[in-house]
Amino acid sequence: MGAADQGLVGASVRRKEDYRFLTGAGQYTDDVNPPNHTHAYFLRSPHAHAKIRRIDTAKAKTLPGVVAIFTGADLEGVNGLPCGWLITGTDGKPMNEPPHPVLAQGKVRHVGDQIALVIAETPDQAKDGAEAIVVDYETLPAVVNCVDALKPGAPQIHDGAPGNKCYTWALGDKAAVDAAFAKADHVAKLDIVNNRLIPNAIEPRAAVASYSRADDSYTLYVSNQNPHVERLLMTAFVLGLPEHKVRVIAPDVGGGFGSKIYLYAEETAMVWASKRVNRPIKWACERSESFLSDAHGRDHVTHVELACTKDGKFLAMRVHTIAAMGAYLSTFASCIPTILYATLLAGQYTTPVIYAEVTASFTNTAPVDAYRGAGRPEATYVVERIVHQAALDLGIAQDEIRRRNFIRTFPYQTPVALVYDTGNYDQTLDEAMKMANVKEFPARKAEAGKRGKLRGIGYASYIEACGIAPSNIAGALGARAGLFEAGEVRVHPTGSVTVFTGSHSHGQGHETTFAQVVAGRLGIPFENVDIVHGDTGRVPFGMGTYGSRSLAVGGTAIVKALDKIVAKGKKIAAHLLEAAETDIEFKDGKFSVAGTDRSKTFGEIALTAYVPHNYPLDKLEPGLNEMAFYDPTNFTFPAGTHICEVEIDPETGVVEVASFSACDDFGNIINPMIVEGQVHGGLTQGIGQALLENCVYDKETGQLLTGSYMDYAMPRADDVPSFKVGTKVTPCTHNPLGAKGCGEAGAIGAPAALMNAVHDALASSGVKYLDMPASPHRVWSAIQSAKQ
Amino acid sequence: MPVPLSLTVNGKKVSADVDSRTLLVDYLRNDLGLTGTHVGCDTGQCGACTVHLDGNAIKACTILAAQAQGGTVLTIEGLAAADGTMHPMQAAFKECHGLQCGFCTPGMVMSAIDLVNRHPKASEQTIRQELEGNLCRCTGYHNIVKAVQHGAAAMGK
Repeated sequence: MGAADQGLVGASVRRKEDYRFLTGAGQYTDDVNPPNHTHAYFLRSPHAHAKIRRIDTAKAKTLPGVVAIFTGADLEGVNGLPCGWLITGTDGKPMNEPPHPVLAQGKVRHVGDQIALVIAETPDQAKDGAEAIVVDYETLPAVVNCVDALKPGAPQIHDGAPGNKCYTWALGDKAAVDAAFAKADHVAKLDIVNNRLIPNAIEPRAAVASYSRADDSYTLYVSNQNPHVERLLMTAFVLGLPEHKVRVIAPDVGGGFGSKIYLYAEETAMVWASKRVNRPIKWACERSESFLSDAHGRDHVTHVELACTKDGKFLAMRVHTIAAMGAYLSTFASCIPTILYATLLAGQYTTPVIYAEVTASFTNTAPVDAYRGAGRPEATYVVERIVHQAALDLGIAQDEIRRRNFIRTFPYQTPVALVYDTGNYDQTLDEAMKMANVKEFPARKAEAGKRGKLRGIGYASYIEACGIAPSNIAGALGARAGLFEAGEVRVHPTGSVTVFTGSHSHGQGHETTFAQVVAGRLGIPFENVDIVHGDTGRVPFGMGTYGSRSLAVGGTAIVKALDKIVAKGKKIAAHLLEAAETDIEFKDGKFSVAGTDRSKTFGEIALTAYVPHNYPLDKLEPGLNEMAFYDPTNFTFPAGTHICEVEIDPETGVVEVASFSACDDFGNIINPMIVEGQVHGGLTQGIGQALLENCVYDKETGQLLTGSYMDYAMPRADDVPSFKVGTKVTPCTHNPLGAKGCGEAGAIGAPAALMNAVHDALASSGVKYLDMPASPHRVWSAIQSAKQ
Repeated sequence: MPVPLSLTVNGKKVSADVDSRTLLVDYLRNDLGLTGTHVGCDTGQCGACTVHLDGNAIKACTILAAQAQGGTVLTIEGLAAADGTMHPMQAAFKECHGLQCGFCTPGMVMSAIDLVNRHPKASEQTIRQELEGNLCRCTGYHNIVKAVQHGAAAMGK
């Protein structure tokens, strides 16, 4: 766009939001302290699976400071938490959708399942109250593994889900795949575990719920990624409250990564209770509680087979996956291992036929839902690990086997439903190889060998689908929500602008990126634009932020509203300049009569709109305030190649990430600094999954063994290198920004690239297969086993 | 049991009777309203609550307010100049995009200043090792390391 947007688009503008964050002036939910507020604490199940025979709160209610205690029995008329996506199984039946009670009803199904809400004057008094509640449990056998849960004789978690099955779902042409396999020269095979992760935004979940008798309304502050969706689900599906009487504010939110998309039990119970106690209620989740009760991510077990010619041309792929749902269906749980997973199994390749079958099972664990990437990291891991394996089996170089199968003509209809609009996979692979200096890898490997280290290199050429859309197709596939976005542009009389967006920023920097787009398009100073998000009382509507959709969908809604502003501005300018509307051009903040020097500035038009003395009032309303909803016509398809090099110490099993190069195609980029930051963060989460992080439940007792930062290995500054990050651009063809989305790519590409590097490094030691995380113990043990 | 407490916080003398079990972080947040110091965990691992006590970075969740008796506390709110100009380390974090959601940021900045005070001319490796006590889930640390280097130079370290 260049000069027309003052150079704002494509510039690494420093962030508007940083001053408040850097000076301690951010306002997170736990910083909100309404007068006279009480404190909530949730009594949680210590058992993975148990019947509740009796709950006695009598003594607890008499303790000092205890204001009220509510259990499941008190929640008359309150429905369970809904699931937002209905999957229809291969048997043609809807998925099993057992109740997800706000507070336990007669049974607990995972350690941490919420049983009672204790409200007291102080947090300590609320905890004392919870401790005094007597719960008589009849413990039941538990099952925590998604494969074990489906075995005959496994403990039954829900009456409404026989065999603990949620659904078996399939995509693709099974007969065609079977036929292609029958003709293949070679079939590569792998069994893959995609390890369960705990999202761990550094701000734990929090909520402050208030009720006002004055107008029978509720206000909820909550650490959440999509406040309008939260409000809609809570009011319409669970509490039966009038939507317009509930205001949901997601103020500054300290990271989400998916885990704050969902409607959780805690804030729902608090909103309900705030009217009963008629005082504000505050809850700040403790970290150990967050480990137990936040929705987790991943947790797939997969068998994959790739049929190839002897030259490495892919003929067909067959995937069978079992995915954990946890104890209950979280808000979007059901669509993650299906719609957002199997549809990505073509990757960047022309594999003509693919068949995927997914069985989702209930387990006695925290629910599983979207976590950064949500289905797409799992798909990429399957595709890129089996491609690596096929190359090894056939003796073809890793880059070469990928090139032999790249999609090069667009639009491209994959055999798994999606139509890729554009891309250039050679370009990102070439650039990544340059960035990684692949040519000199053999020398680096030899040098590492002299130091007794095993060096390996791994590739991941990933594709992702962002900005889930369009709503009507998603609806046909089971979505119970729209997938559009809303934006409102309010031009003030003096020409400054406030934009209200339905997207939500919890680290992504929308206040800056969106302001660049707006200021650039209107030709006004960047400082004159403010972005408002995260408040149902101020923003007209919104679907929030997930799936790297904010710029491609939310940004486009703003652009559509800007188009309306400019169109109206032209009408006003035509009147003022006494010219035909069709002769008015808008450029660099000025409305001019084409071919003349007569013009009006954007500010003059704004003032005229609000002081309409010389104004076509018979034809045009005063004011300059426009709103747009945008429903995309397709997903966007960011893609790229990530190349990782590792060095392994065979004596200790320690894997060090020696270098990581990522070349991504996110379409057009508004703020490269912010995009690079998103990639760095995603890569570190991907490296965390591959090397460090692993959620472990005890197989017998169902206790969470990795329930704190002492046990769950988060990536720290010295676990990762500085990254080499680059981009190539093929603009998205179906949104006006040409943007695709960048938030999840790092977490999608990194695990496969890293694990492929680990396998490459260990090949000489005879190690054939390792699951994530490649911890020192696992790596060392694998090397020892291979020796025997 | 209430205990008397006197501190200097961000240059101001404060005194109060606090419950003996009150953590310093809770005193700062709840009693003084200094909510820039955050709580991200309950095991002293995440470092979001890092403040300076008598010039040294400490985790305010692992110390009782009473243990700081007589001490001088500096929180993120006390770093910028009176006119609002950011401390060079704060400015470096903005310049280098060393923050995203901002939640770990106050603790990260307080640790970074302490780090460069103790390790002038720190190498990237030293910076990464010294930041072990501060978790960030957003940035991947890449730009935090750059910010610390940049901030150190601006502080003349």
